[in-house]
Amino acid sequence: MAARDEEAKGEKGGPKGASYDLVVIGSGPGGYVAAIRAAQLGFKVACVEKAELGGICGNWGCIPTKALLRSAEMLELLREAGKFGLKAENVGFDFAQMIARSRKVAQEQARGVALLFKKNGIDHLMGTARLTPPRRLLVDGMEVSAANILVATGARARAFPGLEPDGDRVVTYREAMVLPKVPESLVVIGAGAIGVEFAYFYSVLGTRITLVEMLERVLPVEDEEISQALARSLRRRSGFEILTGHRVEGIAREAEGVKVTVASGVGERREIAAERALVAVGVTGNVEGLGLEEVGVKIERGHIAVDRTTYRTSVEGIYAIGDVIGAPWLAHKASAEAIACVERLAGYSPVHEVNYGAIPGCTYCKPEVASVGMTERQAREAGREVKVGRFPLKASGKARAVGDTEGFVKVVLDAKYGEILGAHFIGGDATDLVAELTLARTAELTAEEVLGTVHAHPTMAEIVKEAVGDALGEAIDI
Amino acid sequence: MATVVTMPKLSPTMEEGVLLRWLKKEGEAIRPGDVIAEVETDKANMEFPIEEEGMVLRLLVKESETVKVGAPVAVVGEKGENVEAALQGAGASHGPSVGAEASQPQVPPPEDDRPTLRIRAEIVEQGLREAAARAEKAAAEAETARAEEAEPPGPEKIFGTREPGAREGAPLSVVPQEEGDGEEDETRVVPGRLRASPLARKIAAEHGLSLRQVAGSGPAGRVVQRDVLAALQAREKRAAATAQAPAAQAKAAQAKAPAARGPVLAPEAEVVPLSQMRKTVARRLTEAKQTVPHFYLTMDARGDALWAFYEQLRSLHGHGDQGGKITLNDLVVKATAIALTRVPAANASFSEAGLVRHRRVDIGVAVALEEGLITPVVRDADTKSVGTIAREIRELAARAREKKLRPEEYTGATFSVSNLGMYGVREFAAIINPPESGILAVGAIERRPVVLERGGEDRLAVQRVMTLTLSCDHRVIDGALGARLLGAIVQVIEHPLAMVL
Repeated sequence: MAARDEEAKGEKGGPKGASYDLVVIGSGPGGYVAAIRAAQLGFKVACVEKAELGGICGNWGCIPTKALLRSAEMLELLREAGKFGLKAENVGFDFAQMIARSRKVAQEQARGVALLFKKNGIDHLMGTARLTPPRRLLVDGMEVSAANILVATGARARAFPGLEPDGDRVVTYREAMVLPKVPESLVVIGAGAIGVEFAYFYSVLGTRITLVEMLERVLPVEDEEISQALARSLRRRSGFEILTGHRVEGIAREAEGVKVTVASGVGERREIAAERALVAVGVTGNVEGLGLEEVGVKIERGHIAVDRTTYRTSVEGIYAIGDVIGAPWLAHKASAEAIACVERLAGYSPVHEVNYGAIPGCTYCKPEVASVGMTERQAREAGREVKVGRFPLKASGKARAVGDTEGFVKVVLDAKYGEILGAHFIGGDATDLVAELTLARTAELTAEEVLGTVHAHPTMAEIVKEAVGDALGEAIDI
Repeated sequence: MATVVTMPKLSPTMEEGVLLRWLKKEGEAIRPGDVIAEVETDKANMEFPIEEEGMVLRLLVKESETVKVGAPVAVVGEKGENVEAALQGAGASHGPSVGAEASQPQVPPPEDDRPTLRIRAEIVEQGLREAAARAEKAAAEAETARAEEAEPPGPEKIFGTREPGAREGAPLSVVPQEEGDGEEDETRVVPGRLRASPLARKIAAEHGLSLRQVAGSGPAGRVVQRDVLAALQAREKRAAATAQAPAAQAKAAQAKAPAARGPVLAPEAEVVPLSQMRKTVARRLTEAKQTVPHFYLTMDARGDALWAFYEQLRSLHGHGDQGGKITLNDLVVKATAIALTRVPAANASFSEAGLVRHRRVDIGVAVALEEGLITPVVRDADTKSVGTIAREIRELAARAREKKLRPEEYTGATFSVSNLGMYGVREFAAIINPPESGILAVGAIERRPVVLERGGEDRLAVQRVMTLTLSCDHRVIDGALGARLLGAIVQVIEHPLAMVL
């Protein structure tokens, strides 16, 4: 455990040239959480950030996109107002205002992180970090003394040859959330969470969407039944086309837009003309320009190689967490790693270890999608004998009452012990509902404990219990 | 490092178990994987394997005693270790002796919160000192006690199935107690709350592993799935090593070898791990077929009268006060019970001490389950109405499928009936469920050509016929007696109105 260097602090006092127990590079959901937890545990901490505090998540990812998606969701609700006995005429939207609100929310998020830093006595070192041999840390050329360095620089959109974004016609998520106007048509390349969320968002605003996915289904990491249900739902939207099993061969920039050439598995080519194209084909770690390799930090396939218990890199005293160490590229995974890494570093016990088998994944389109653990196929391929339970929102009183009956929940249980192997949600409050079974899976609760838990009525959460019950033939409402 | 061994949860639904028989005596050496006792659970009689190495220092419960899961049953460790200290350390309120109050174990199961234990550290320390003093005094007596208990435990109870009423009665044998006779030592069982995930508990219970003996790797030492899996793998390895060692008893080695062949939790594709029920079925039936001298008698019963009776009863369905559906099997059970009252000599069990003549007629009815079979018992079937028998069998079978039978509901039958008629089986021979003296195997009731004599002339006719095969324990039932019993059963079946008398 790195002790606080009182002597060094006494001499230098302020942040410049100060000696830190821990310097975190990056202030996203990995970095800022690591900084705060370390400060809580008595470390003297600094956090290097060259852009806005809060990282991509707070500024260009999770939070601002959820702000935009909320606008879309409300717009759709207003369009259905009559169904609820409401009169809403001339329902329309102001795209610029939507964007403005999203940006404001992002700024608040960044301010929130700044306040938390202040509260916890964390120095925010504004600038760009660089490592030089043997293991020196420079921030904008000024040396910072750090007993431990934690790299939490995150990731960015991956670029493929021929699909390079230009920030104008061919964009990434970053430009997609601040477009100057609603595009008339958009080709979304990649049907992962980011692609699906933007496709949904612009579809609500009237954009003609072509969603292209190389793999055979949308949200390929989700359970097949969920992918199918989502595809059915999205296809029902007007002007929404899904091309799964299609590879993008190239994007040609034209005067009025782009022409995206796609080819099906059997080689059938097709050209799709659109105003813009969004490239959302995954992310890659931000490992460049940091001097990582110069000091000997091992990089593997675009990500820093670490031991996923201690988060040690190949260099003593340098740690890494979050997107920069690889999949799953999720904010909450980065935060969880941040806490586990720092707690171990500080000798705190018991360390809140990351259970990589129980990291939930969420997609915030409507219907929402969320899941944790194994898909049915993964469980069977792992040789598990499973029991599967399902429960449709249609059978939920609460869902009917609020008029949100699309979707279902599917649980995958170990047939013998009732272990919660996986839970898959589509519809309703999927992204919140997943928490219960994430807890169950993490704590190794079994079907018995879930069934023995009284769920409030009427709530969406009841469907969780019902689905578990269904797996055991004990569901009540179906 | 004396360790308190607690009653394991040997089946998922087990809350308490009857310690049927101790297989290790106080002072006897034990190795990990040794079976120290036979325990009757809610599902079956099971082996209670031990994880410890050393010797049995003290047995805390008597045979036939009912013990809650998690309650201490024995103390094991090295020779000379302090039993009292271990008991106090484990928070056991068990006195030093197997007294009258021991039949109601007061120790809560390990999953219970016992926060007071931490505060009681001082008391425990005092206990350790006192125990050490007591132990020295008792050392000499212990030596004597050990010498006295060289005789084998209990009377013959291979299958552990109790005679009706045995549970309430006197224990079959009382295990002598013994004081620890050595210096004090720290105990291995950590007092306080046992932290374990529900999943870890279930897997451990399924495999008869005590969680107290598993080191937890979860937060604050919580035992989680991976710890239990690791412990089981270690146990498998030890068991395999034991099986390879020169076997003292060829029979024991034979029984153990299949289990030791592959790791329970990483089976090869073609190996389906044995469920506890499957293991029990395998063991009991093997022993039954090997140790009980079976012989078989077969008769055809004319079934038209039974069929007509059955149809009539069914037409009453919903009108009678019992309200339930009656099956042919219910009628055969009733017929068997009546026949046993007519041939009481057959309603008996063999024991070394002598033939046990049963006063009650309790019929076990074989029920097929997904993972094996179980024979719930219809008590006093001779005195119950057909409707009552039908309802009881229905309820017992339903609960058997849910594994919710209590031990007393599937043990202690005097005779059994197994029916495969509904599967179209014409006749078969069943294996006796000791200590019962016989089992009736019932085939399908079907139309067959029969030869009738009318007016001194033979002629063919078509009638319903049911073939019955009686398996008899020759030690109890000789051929003529068996024939009388089977004849009596056939008699009732052919004249079913006897069932309403």
